[in-house]
Amino acid sequence: MLSFSNISKSIDSGLRATFDATWTMVIEMVIAGVCVISLFAILGLVLVLMERKVSAWMQIRLGPNRVGPKGMLQSLADTVKLLVKEGMTPDGADKFLFNLAPFIAIIVAMLLMAPIAFAKDFQLWDMNIGVLYVSAVSSLMVISILMAGWASNNKYSLMGAMRSGAQIVSYELSAGLSILSIVVLTGSLNLNDIILSQANGWWIFKGHIPVMIAFIIFIIAVTAETNRAPFDLAEAESELTAGFHTEYSGMKFALFFLAEYVNVFIVCAIGATLFFGGWMPFHIGHWEGFNQVMDFIPSSVWFFGKTFFLIFLIMWFRWTFPRLRIDQLLNLEWKYLLPISMFNLLLVTAMAILGWYF
Amino acid sequence: MVEEIGRTTEGDVIINVGPQHPATHGVLHLLITINGETIKKVEPHLGFIHRSIEKMCESLSYRQFIYVTSRMDYLSSHINNHACALCLEKGLQIEVPSRAQVIRVLMDELTRIASHELWWGAMAMDLGAFTPFFHAFRERETINDIMEETCGARLTMNYIVPGGVMQDIHPNFQQRVKDFISLYKSKVGEYDELVTGNIIFQNRMKGVGYLSAEDAISFGCTGPTARGSGVTCDIRKLYPYEIYEQLQFDEILETAGDSFARYMVRVREMNQSIRIIEQLIDNIPEGDFQAKTKAVLKLPKGEFYQRVETARGEFGVYIVSEGGTTPYRIKFRSPGFSNLSALDHMARGSKLGDLVAMMGTLDLVIPDIDR
Amino acid sequence: MTNEELKAIITEILPTATFEEGGQWLTINIEPVDWKLLAGQLRQEPSLFFDFLFCLTCIDWKTHLTMVYHLDSTKFRHNIVIKSKLAVDNPSIETVSDIWQTANFHEREVYEMFGVNFINHPDLRLLILPDGWEGKRPMLKDFEDPINMIRL
Repeated sequence: MLSFSNISKSIDSGLRATFDATWTMVIEMVIAGVCVISLFAILGLVLVLMERKVSAWMQIRLGPNRVGPKGMLQSLADTVKLLVKEGMTPDGADKFLFNLAPFIAIIVAMLLMAPIAFAKDFQLWDMNIGVLYVSAVSSLMVISILMAGWASNNKYSLMGAMRSGAQIVSYELSAGLSILSIVVLTGSLNLNDIILSQANGWWIFKGHIPVMIAFIIFIIAVTAETNRAPFDLAEAESELTAGFHTEYSGMKFALFFLAEYVNVFIVCAIGATLFFGGWMPFHIGHWEGFNQVMDFIPSSVWFFGKTFFLIFLIMWFRWTFPRLRIDQLLNLEWKYLLPISMFNLLLVTAMAILGWYF
Repeated sequence: MVEEIGRTTEGDVIINVGPQHPATHGVLHLLITINGETIKKVEPHLGFIHRSIEKMCESLSYRQFIYVTSRMDYLSSHINNHACALCLEKGLQIEVPSRAQVIRVLMDELTRIASHELWWGAMAMDLGAFTPFFHAFRERETINDIMEETCGARLTMNYIVPGGVMQDIHPNFQQRVKDFISLYKSKVGEYDELVTGNIIFQNRMKGVGYLSAEDAISFGCTGPTARGSGVTCDIRKLYPYEIYEQLQFDEILETAGDSFARYMVRVREMNQSIRIIEQLIDNIPEGDFQAKTKAVLKLPKGEFYQRVETARGEFGVYIVSEGGTTPYRIKFRSPGFSNLSALDHMARGSKLGDLVAMMGTLDLVIPDIDR
Repeated sequence: MTNEELKAIITEILPTATFEEGGQWLTINIEPVDWKLLAGQLRQEPSLFFDFLFCLTCIDWKTHLTMVYHLDSTKFRHNIVIKSKLAVDNPSIETVSDIWQTANFHEREVYEMFGVNFINHPDLRLLILPDGWEGKRPMLKDFEDPINMIRL
């Protein structure tokens, strides 16, 4: 069957036949790096187009339809425009930090790609602390935003950065706690183990109500963490013009933009892995026949299908809800989501000990 | 002013909202003193689109000056024109044919709906929801099409002349208005689903920008802004002009005085306008659409004042005539100017995010404020 | 309240006031010095209760300026017009922005457009004209601006 695992295995064996072990590793690393960067670029293009089409659909209009067939090359044209645009640095800005910030954003997004299993046996780095790694690295995102806001020497940027700091730090807690509930159920921090534990059903079904609560909290928290509407207070264009990236233009702005979309992809991929079994096909307990039929669909299709479903969900939020106010945003986290997710974690732990799941 | 921008002595930060800012819907400049996210003072700086319309009118003839007023509150341009025409008719004692009166009122109410539709979309956009804007424009476009067919223009209609209207309505007019009413009625539920009932929206609006009834009167607030505080101020009811006396409609009042009350007033007002249109659309009397008037109008010596209800509140035209062919002095009392003056009072102590909600519910049109 | 009743009460407050009828509303001519006193009474007097200042403007008659105040009562729905003549050179009148807050902005507008000085106004600065505007007041009849032509 044609799948990523077979392709990667054949490349690996082909390389081993011609080169020694060290060179094989080096070449494989280069291939992986190129793959990640191109995936990055493609994801950016696809997600921007998807966002525009989804918003157009919700707003009873057509969306981009001039560049390429059905407007599919629109985001490519936008990228070219951003590339040739002058990247200005304001006079009063801290030039070093101002130019560094977008790169930190993009590096953090790239690092997060490492532990994600895109398909069966197709993972850059199968590490045993995958979940911990993701939550640790994703919180570095706030540094780039604070850096951008501070270095711009602009009051709007600074306010946006401060809002974003408060917001990301708070919402990390709920996101972490809801991820923990799956870790408690599987007993492993390894993303691959978590996927394999869902071979007889996804956690969202196996763990019923408590996991569903955890999933809802997770989706809310990651929407806030990635600064997407209704939690886009860091940008809040009607209040702060563009928030932390007010002063950015050209490719530096594009890097922030790209990092935002890749972050959305990553958090949705993590969500899909934890709650919907990642690349694991839809299996129901001991229904062998049904499960085998499901296995015919390639694992990468399952993974991307689930991830894009979650991305669609997050886009749906963005184009329907108005924005929260900063105090309401923090109230929601500290007064509602955090207590609920703490209690929910206890519930999940009790459920895991007593075996009250399918 | 430049020295002031930056920091105050107490360590509060002064930020400029505008003249180019997404929340001001035009070239309004607000100098805001904030402490963290809390607003301490809002200071409007006006005049970025000041064209001195009052001075311009002094050198225009009575037939010409009406159309300059379309450029003030461009969203209720028809109602502005109407006010000027009424003022002239009062001075010249022109009997307006009943057909023209009905057409004028119909156009007024269509304008009011179109203005509120735009406000509704822009209001939601201020709060970060983009989608309602396009949904509002779907209905608004229909009105604009009706206007285009009959008046020849979509925004600044210039349809009213002293003594009637410029030309008769288009043969399609009645049918298209009826189509619009049925479209509106089928879609109005969406508005509540999408915005009014949304919990985030309600939290953003309730208790924000409180304006008591006394303050509303003292600040000269009119229209939905004052009616949200429970002040009866609908000129159509209090000092009826044209045929509003004979029409069945309610003055919408909310008593909460916050942004949500002002929002609800406008949304419910659209339904009242629909009600007025429904009463008139099948009963447009036959006859002339324009009274016979002299080519050159000469207003007798004296002073004339006409108050009308635009989409934003009370609009007043004050003409001082010396008996010549041009007005000696014209004063336009614009609703936005007075409503804006209450913003500082409302905004103190609330968050920066609330400011856009307040400005949204005040429904500011900058050319109307600056004139 | 009819015009006759209004006249009677206002004459009681301010015997020097003269009345003009025949226009749309009852017009009262007063001296600028009496304005503050009358304004306070118009707002406070329970039978008058003029709480809504819906228009405040000024007219340049070349020989003198006239301040015009249009008042409405939200309780009784009666209207009056107050007029007060000001001298052309250094025109000044008491502010009423503490009685009707809307007068704050309207008086600032009249100040910059006609040069009327409002005594005790809390914040008498330019509102519409650009900062640093000097020279003639634009709404005066003898104002000419060769660059931005406003006389069509």
